[in-house]
Amino acid sequence: MTDIVMPQMGESIVEGTLTKWLKKAGDKVERDEPLFEISTDKVDSEIPSPASGVLAEILVAEGTTVAINTVVGRIAEGGEAVAATPATQAGAAPPPPPAPVRAQVGPVAAPLPMAAPAPAAPPPPPEAAAPAPAAPAPTPAREDLGPLSPLVRRLAREHNVDLNLVRGTGAGGRITKQDVEAYIAARSATPAPPSPPPAAPVAPAAQQPPAPAAATAPPAGARPTAETAPPPVAPAVPPRTRVEPMSTMRQKIAEHMIFSKRTSAHVTTVHKVDMTKIAKLREKSKAAFQERYGFGLTFLPFVVRAAAEALRAYPVVNASVEGTSVIYHNDINIGIAVALDGGNGLIVPVIKNADEKNVVGLQRAIVDLANRARSKQLKPEDVQGGTFSITNFGSFGSIFATPVINQPQVAILGVGAVEKVPVVVEGDAIAIRSVAHLALTFDHRLIDGAMADQFCQKAKAVLEGWSEAVL
Amino acid sequence: MLFMVKPSMPEQQDRICEIQDLGRIGFTEAVRVQNDLAARRKQGLIPDQLLLAEHPHVVTLGRNARRENILAAPEVMARAGIEVVETDRGGDVTYHGPGQLVGYPIFDLREWKRDVTAYVRGIEEAIIGALSGFGLKGERVEGCTGVWVGGAKLAAIGVHISRWVTTHGFALNIDTDLSYFRYIVPCGLTKPVTSLRQLGSMASRGEMIAALRDRIERQFQLRIVEPAANKRSA
Repeated sequence: MTDIVMPQMGESIVEGTLTKWLKKAGDKVERDEPLFEISTDKVDSEIPSPASGVLAEILVAEGTTVAINTVVGRIAEGGEAVAATPATQAGAAPPPPPAPVRAQVGPVAAPLPMAAPAPAAPPPPPEAAAPAPAAPAPTPAREDLGPLSPLVRRLAREHNVDLNLVRGTGAGGRITKQDVEAYIAARSATPAPPSPPPAAPVAPAAQQPPAPAAATAPPAGARPTAETAPPPVAPAVPPRTRVEPMSTMRQKIAEHMIFSKRTSAHVTTVHKVDMTKIAKLREKSKAAFQERYGFGLTFLPFVVRAAAEALRAYPVVNASVEGTSVIYHNDINIGIAVALDGGNGLIVPVIKNADEKNVVGLQRAIVDLANRARSKQLKPEDVQGGTFSITNFGSFGSIFATPVINQPQVAILGVGAVEKVPVVVEGDAIAIRSVAHLALTFDHRLIDGAMADQFCQKAKAVLEGWSEAVL
Repeated sequence: MLFMVKPSMPEQQDRICEIQDLGRIGFTEAVRVQNDLAARRKQGLIPDQLLLAEHPHVVTLGRNARRENILAAPEVMARAGIEVVETDRGGDVTYHGPGQLVGYPIFDLREWKRDVTAYVRGIEEAIIGALSGFGLKGERVEGCTGVWVGGAKLAAIGVHISRWVTTHGFALNIDTDLSYFRYIVPCGLTKPVTSLRQLGSMASRGEMIAALRDRIERQFQLRIVEPAANKRSA
């Protein structure tokens, strides 16, 4: 007779479900012919026969989960007698020790179904009628049951089983279908006649859960009611901390920021830009602009315009990285970081095809997106498809900062405050100029320093040499 | 900031995997192609294969599927033009349809790791890696094979293995019409499904294939190549 065993289909696999016998007891099989199928974690595997002969015994029924190396059937070779045995649950009971499973789980021919939970426990001392405290007795109330399969949940629901009372014997103490079935069986069975020692620990405890535990078990796992009763109401000392759950947006931002820092090689380069020309232009047309369009004119649309020009000149800054590929985006879609409600969040709506808009169009888009962001009226498409971002921390007084890249983009431009400062100009004279710092954070995986600086110089040139008479 | 960056080139990847995009193809037809290739793979006649496909509306049942996870009556399914097919892959019920990128790796795991769990985790890892390139954070959910984003299932996995050669594989929703999932309880789980489009990614099928190809190469130490034209006969 050749034993057919549940194979180990991977290092971390300790059990498998026999889903289908491809042969019936009494059928002839050839060596290597598919004999049965097993299922482990969304993978179905066909298992070939270990020998040629006749499938003599099926010991594990379809749908049963057993530990690896469990004998699931036998093959009679040559002239061996064949006694087709129907599958029994007995043969299926998994020898469950979670940790030392790899040692040897093989020949558990017909264990008592209840023998399961005492892996290496020494036979209880004779006087111990109740479970020996030291043995891994089931803990009556476990707070964390660990992951439960839908099957286990359903079974528990259908049979009205409190899973807290079921001892898990699967990997990591997980409760398996067999555990629940064993529990149900134990619950419905009349107390067994004095049985061999190993069976003792689980049965009584499972049948009348609270009593033995409260009586003999140390307080470690059990939870005596007195201790868990709510504490007296008036706390004298005011708490030192306040705990609040993060808002969904905050969680998203947190995730995104860490993700970005982990993904890109962030480097920031800062360039000083003389904004005097634009400041003058802005000063000149401010009133008329407000009157004509109904919104003010800021520095930001000029910077967006300059960035769009620079992106056209250096398309790699408008790209993203995918594995070992660089994806160049033909559209220039610039996201504008908008702070919400005085620091309670951040959102980056996108100006699509920013390079096709003039300053008026850009300002209108910025005002519209910012308003809708703050009144939570943005549509999903308003925040999608960005290929580059701009953050205007200057509006809060910052001179320069090192912004975090908005993934999967590869660069973000930070605009510092525009300030009037004394500057040495041509002819070694000192003049008052409006100056801002542009900080470009770029992904050094893709963009070299020289490229980033050329990009900044291009944007600087556009801003300093602003030539568009009409806005 | 002028760091010398050494281009990281994959070097010792000697195992070859041929990639083939079957395009739009019936599910049953794709199974036939897979079985044919898997048989040849087992005989060592061909290297590993990566098939890509897109199926017309079909609901498939895995080996462990429960019929009650198909919610609609057969007439309703027929009227909606959805075929129902039983398969030999692992897992429960799932839906395939237009806008979904389906991948069928036919790998001989003896040449990688004889470990079905590692294989499934590897496929998940490759998908998660590919998603990261599109700014999406794919996750695993303990006990629920597949790739999840924000608690919704983006990619399903179901595999069949015979003599360590894999068939079936994964299905990733790009711009799938998710309303079709209402006919079933996907994988027997009452959790939402999602798609790249729903998550706000504009990634195309082609971009996703490129990303996955790269990640699968790295994950399974393969060099994925187009099959030589003269080698392929029908």
